[in-house]
Parts: sequence; C-alpha cells; structure tokens
Amino acid sequence: MTKDAAAEPAPPGPPLLRTEGVSKTFPGVVALDGVDFAVRAGEVHVLLGENGAGKSTLIKVLSGASRPDGGRVLMAGRPVRLHGAQDAERLGIATIHQEFNLVPDLTVAENIFLGRQPRRFGLVDRARMEADAAALLARVGVDVAPTARLRDLGVARMQMVEIAKALSIDARVLIMDEPTAVLTNEEVDRLFRIVRRLRDEGVAVVFITHKLEEVAALGDRVTVLRDGRSVAEVPADTERDDLVRLMVGRSIEQQYPRRPGPVRPGGVPLLRVSGLARAGAFRDVGFEVRGGEVVGLAGLVGAGRTEVARAVFGADAYDHGAVEVDGRPLARHDVNAAMAAGIGFVPEDRKGQGLLLDASVGENLGLVTLRRATRAGLVDRAGQRRAAASMAGRLGVRMAGLDQHARTLSGGNQQKVAIGKWLLADSRVLILDEPTRGVDVGAKVEIYRLVNELTAAGHGVLMISSDLPEVLGMSDRIVVMAQGRVAGELGGAEATQDAVMALAVGTP
Amino acid sequence: MTTDVKRTGPGGGPGGQAGQKPSGGPPVLVRVFRDNGALTALIGLVAVMALMSPDFLNTGNLLNVGGQAAVTAILAFGVTFVIVSAGIDLSVGSVAALSAMVLAWTATSQGLPVWLAVLFALGTGLACGLVNGLMVAYGRLPSFIATLAMLSVARGLALVVSQGSPIAFPDPVSALGRTLGGWLPVPVLVMAGMAVVAAVVLNLTYSGRSMYAIGGNEEAARLSGIRVPRQKLVIYGLSGTFAAVAGIVLASRLASAQPQAAAGYELDAIAACVIGGASLSGGVGRASGTLIGALILAVLRNGLNLLSVSAFWQQVVIGAVIALAALVDTLRRRT
Repeated sequence: MTKDAAAEPAPPGPPLLRTEGVSKTFPGVVALDGVDFAVRAGEVHVLLGENGAGKSTLIKVLSGASRPDGGRVLMAGRPVRLHGAQDAERLGIATIHQEFNLVPDLTVAENIFLGRQPRRFGLVDRARMEADAAALLARVGVDVAPTARLRDLGVARMQMVEIAKALSIDARVLIMDEPTAVLTNEEVDRLFRIVRRLRDEGVAVVFITHKLEEVAALGDRVTVLRDGRSVAEVPADTERDDLVRLMVGRSIEQQYPRRPGPVRPGGVPLLRVSGLARAGAFRDVGFEVRGGEVVGLAGLVGAGRTEVARAVFGADAYDHGAVEVDGRPLARHDVNAAMAAGIGFVPEDRKGQGLLLDASVGENLGLVTLRRATRAGLVDRAGQRRAAASMAGRLGVRMAGLDQHARTLSGGNQQKVAIGKWLLADSRVLILDEPTRGVDVGAKVEIYRLVNELTAAGHGVLMISSDLPEVLGMSDRIVVMAQGRVAGELGGAEATQDAVMALAVGTP
Repeated sequence: MTTDVKRTGPGGGPGGQAGQKPSGGPPVLVRVFRDNGALTALIGLVAVMALMSPDFLNTGNLLNVGGQAAVTAILAFGVTFVIVSAGIDLSVGSVAALSAMVLAWTATSQGLPVWLAVLFALGTGLACGLVNGLMVAYGRLPSFIATLAMLSVARGLALVVSQGSPIAFPDPVSALGRTLGGWLPVPVLVMAGMAVVAAVVLNLTYSGRSMYAIGGNEEAARLSGIRVPRQKLVIYGLSGTFAAVAGIVLASRLASAQPQAAAGYELDAIAACVIGGASLSGGVGRASGTLIGALILAVLRNGLNLLSVSAFWQQVVIGAVIALAALVDTLRRRT
C-alpha cells in the first residue's frame, strides 16, 4: 500500500503532478493497476521497479503518449487530460525518453525549437533561434554550439540538448527515463549536477533508473512499482536491501510446469560459450547449455543479454572468445554456420525480426527449411505446406488457415509460429529471447510445455527473460548478467528472486 | 477446427492477395475479380475500347497490342523480382539498349557468329545486373542510387560502342521481330515464355521465395538463414538478364540496335509492376499481375491511338491511370 505522503519529512508543498488510481490494460497484460504517484516541485523523485513493473507505461501516461483506462492525472491539483504530447507540453511536462526525439541531420538550435521555431514575417528567424538556443544551453551548462549538427555530438551531449529542449518549453516537470544507461561515470556526474540545479530552480524531476547507487546519490524520494502497482513511497536513503526486497517481494503466482529433461552430466556440452567479448557491449561472457537443460539468462534490460545471444547465433560479430556446439568451434558472424550446427534463434523483436508479417503462416513456418526443401533450385511447396500444416497443428496455432497473414495473429500465436519454424528445422539448441513477452497467459503455458517437450527430447534451451518468476520457474540454471558481464550463475536452490536481483543490480 | 483452407493459386505469393479471409464468402468468380483488381480493370478497359472503336477487337490489332506490350512486360518481369525484394531497378532501359548494341556490334561490326553474339548480349545484361547487385548488397548503396548510376553508365556505354549511330541487327535475330505463320508476332511468344519463367522463378525457386522474404522483412530473412547479399546478386542479375532479352526483342522489331532505344522504358516497367499489384515496400508482387499491368498500358496506348487522342493527352491519361491503380490498391489494402 502507498504510504501517506504527508507522513514523510520531505519538503513541504502540495504535489505538482499526481496520479490517482491510474490503470492501463493491454491485451492479456495489466500494465498499471491503480497507481498512485506524486512528485512535488523542487524534488527528484526516483521511480524504481524491475523490468515490466509498469514504469514505462506510467511515463507514457504522464507524457501523454498513452491514455489510461482508469484513474486520473492531476497537475497542480486540477485534473488534466493528456491526449497527446502537445497536451503534456502545454502543461509544462517534458519527457526525455531513452530513444531521443532528435533529428540527427539538423543543428542543435533547430532540434531545440523543432516545430516551434521563432518566426519573423513567416520565415524562421535563425538569428533569434540560435541566440535563444545559446541561452538555454548556457543554462544547462553545456558547451555546445547552437549551429553544431546533432549527428556530430556524443550521446551525453545529445541528452543535454534534450534537456535544453525541455527547458525551452518552460518545463515544470521533467521526466527522465533511464538517462544514465548510456553515459560514462563522468558524464553521469555532470548530468547529476544539472538535474540538481534544475531541482533547486523548482523543477519537479521524475527520474527512472535501474542503478540503486543512483537512488541515494540523486533522489529525494522513491516510489517503487511492482506488477503495475505502487507498492511503497520511501525516502531515497532507504537501505539497498530494503529497496531490492520492495522491488521483487512477491510470490510466484503463476504455475511454471517445468519438468527437467534427461540432463547428462559430464561429457561435452551442447553449447559452450567462453570468453565472448565485444567492445562496448559485453565482455568475458561464458556459459554452457547441456542437452535436456534450460539455462535462463537473467539481467536487467541493457545488461547485454540480447547482444550475447545474437553473437552466439552469428547474427552479429564479436571480438574475442569462442562458441562451440558439441565441442566443435563455430565460425563467428555466420548465421548459416550456426543453423547448420543446430542452433535456432527466436528474437526478442518478434514483429521486427522474427516474422514476415505480411506473409502467410505457412510461408513463415517454412522459412528456415526453405533451403532444405529445395531440389535443383525448385522448392517443394506442397511438401513445405504439409510440414507447416502439421507443425501448426502440433503447436496449436489458432488461425483461420495456413494462408492467414502473420500480422493478424495474436501475440501468442505469432510467437508459436516464430518458434515453429525452428522446430521444423530440428534445431538442437534453441535460443529464446523474451519468448513470452506480450503473450497471453494461456499461450505462455503452451510455450512452457513446448520447452519441456524439447528438453525431454534431449535438446537444450537458452532462455532470456526479464520476467523473474518465469526465469526462476522455467530454468534449471540461471546465468545472471549485469553491465555486459556474467555477474554470477545460480543453480537449483540458490536461485531466488532476491539472489538474482542482487546480482542483476550489482549489489555486492 | 475444420476451416476450409483457401488454396493460393499458382501465382500466389506470400503477400498475394488470396487467403485473407476464410471461405464461405461470395462465389469464386466474384472473389477472383475482387482479389485481382488489375485483371478486372484490364477486362473493363478492353470492353470500353471495344465499344468505342470498332477496330479494337480485330485480331490483327490485338496481336499488335501484344507486340507493343512485349518489351515493357519482359523488362517489368525483371523489375518485379527487384521490387518484390523491396528494391528498385532504374537501369533496365539502358541495360536493354546496351545489350542489344553489344549483339549488333559483335555480330554485324565484328562478324562473330550470331549465337555467340546473343550470348554476349545476355552476358552484358547479366553483368550490368550483377554490378547493380554488388553495389546494393556489398556496397550497401540504396538500390535507387546504384541503378540510377547504372542507368547513366549503360546508356553511355551503348553510345560509346555504337559511336552514336544505329547498327543493323543480324538477320537471324531480326526474325524475332516478325510473325510466326504470318500472324503471330514472335515478341508475344517471347513475352509469354518470359512470363512463365518469371512465374516459376517467383513461385517455385529458392531465390524467388527468398525475394518475398527479403522484401517482407530483410532482418527476419537474414536471421532465418537466407543469405541476403548472395540473393540480391541473383535478383539484380536476373533483372539485368531480362532487360537484355527485352533489348534484343526491341531491336529485332526495329531491325537495328539504337543507342537511344528503350530510354525511359524503366518507368513503364515500374508502372506495369505497380498497376499489377506489386508493392514498392516489398514482399508483394506477381508475374501475372505484372503481365496484366503491361497489357493495360499497351491497351491504353493502342486504344487512345485508335480514338485519335493526341500523344500529348495520352501521357496525361496514362499518368492518371497509374495514380488511380496505386490509389485503389492502397485503399483496398487498408480495408
């Protein structure tokens, strides 16, 4: 339950921006479930929560990008409608997303005043725009020329430009979504100085972060979200362990029907990764997957899990290290070599990378086996169709027919198709990246059953998941990554939510 | 569930227009026309022309239309491969002219055997296409830019080889431009043959299916093991080879290779693909549609000529038809 804000020794004054019982449901997922949240003028309010706790959805509601199904948002005590970014801007709410809203080929000044350029006689008044931009940049305290092209700036300076843009609309509330994720320590220090100064000028700052050490360093108060609810509002100097407990403190509610497969101890592992490194992405990553085993790859978003998975599959290159299948080394950056060795990869971005959305279910299922079904240059389309039909039946894909376009399937059925094409190819090691994201509960269980079936047949599964209960419920072993490295490996009884989370956030 | 699965026809790509809804709807014939807007338009157009000009349905005139459609259609089949894979090929007109010029030059000016000259011509088209493919697949150039460059280079080479003047076509090849049995134009036969080749490539070959996958979602195709760069070489190489065939057919009709032949034909070819239902964003397109698109353009030109519409107004009408076809297709997809 949310504590009464009045009980805190925080600075006085009514909340500037507040939500009351805000809820938001997506098909199959309750993203926000009656969230109460309040930020005051002149404070840095940290929003904390594990992946999928509802932070992003809450920000979307506050920035007008997403309309809540229930509850209300109040600005300075008055209920407001946020039906788009313009509404939020008019009220003085500026949001700096992880993906910047900047145009790389325009100048800094043009970016700051995008769509609001000062005009004279109907023409853009460049001189005034650049003078105003210079003043804003000086206020932020960053040394960037207004005429510089944005593309030529580093990430940290782009972020400063975003802050200047926020100031240009006289933002009274500044929402920053994981602004430090991409910064070096020095840049983080500079960012913190700027944020503190804005706070002292009376701006209400909502600060989202995964890094617990930043909470005490910058924040005044903390709201912890968990499963779409605001579970606590506490001072920023709360002990780390207590914060971790607040973030994960829940029982495993869902049923995970994990049945371990016939793991053969000893001998050569199905997949062995050692010393894998790529500058700026991950380093010294090593783990093994044995036949009959599900290895969970846990960690926070941005810990480098997907990057490692893609490198193992050959979708991207790596600088050092080795990937072995059955003890035989795999050529680097070669998808076809990985496939020939029996690796299958179901990417996280199902729509962007996993499926041909405007192709039929049958075409999608037969994509990986297309080469195998080709004789003398001609594809055995009848055979492909038969195989697809039988796979769709085995997976229980709910569709009007094999000719239905993948786009029109539900998330769960899309995922079954994305996995099914690898099953048709008899992949022995399947890498599943967030296999149940955006998938309804029923289809989730079907996917878990499928994983059991695979391991029962002696296949190995490497499962990346940001859903902690799922990782714990479905994995035989868990490899936890943090900031591009393997922070630890947990097996059997040692794998608890607290233990995984502690490794993931880097708490010693 | 025993849903009656609607069969995709032989021309059905993964993004084909069939199979959006389970059956049980209107009768087959209605569905065929509704799902094939271009075919319906062609039949409508033929009916209108037949009513307005008594000469239109005359066998001789129809074969004439076929002959006129042939070059555009053959070029357009090649372009269809590229468009299905979400690319564009602007160079086909120039490549057609260059290939024909190589044939005429090697056979007539250099005295090589005709069969060898034909091989050289086809090889020229293939080589131009492969260069396009190299620039797109390995040089990472946008296909628009790479093929725009080839448009200029191939045209320039045609002028260089010919020194700016037409070269007579060798006799055996000129026979391609004549008629069979005194009535059937050979270009129509070549067009039909290339249509079959294009349909087989698109529907039944590994490369053809890869075109749809690459055009539908290049990253998904790559992560499913399709060697995208290699397939792009095949795609652009095919387009260049088809252009060479079109160039030979065109030159045979004129009995000589002309350096300025087929200028601007690439735009007709692209228009034929789009009218035939191909999507410039990739993943969608059929050989049958492209054939119909080329026929629509030819019927329009022929009909407008019969009706004595000025050549200036013809351009206006054809432009409007292209826009209309694309609009109708967009609207149909949205609903």
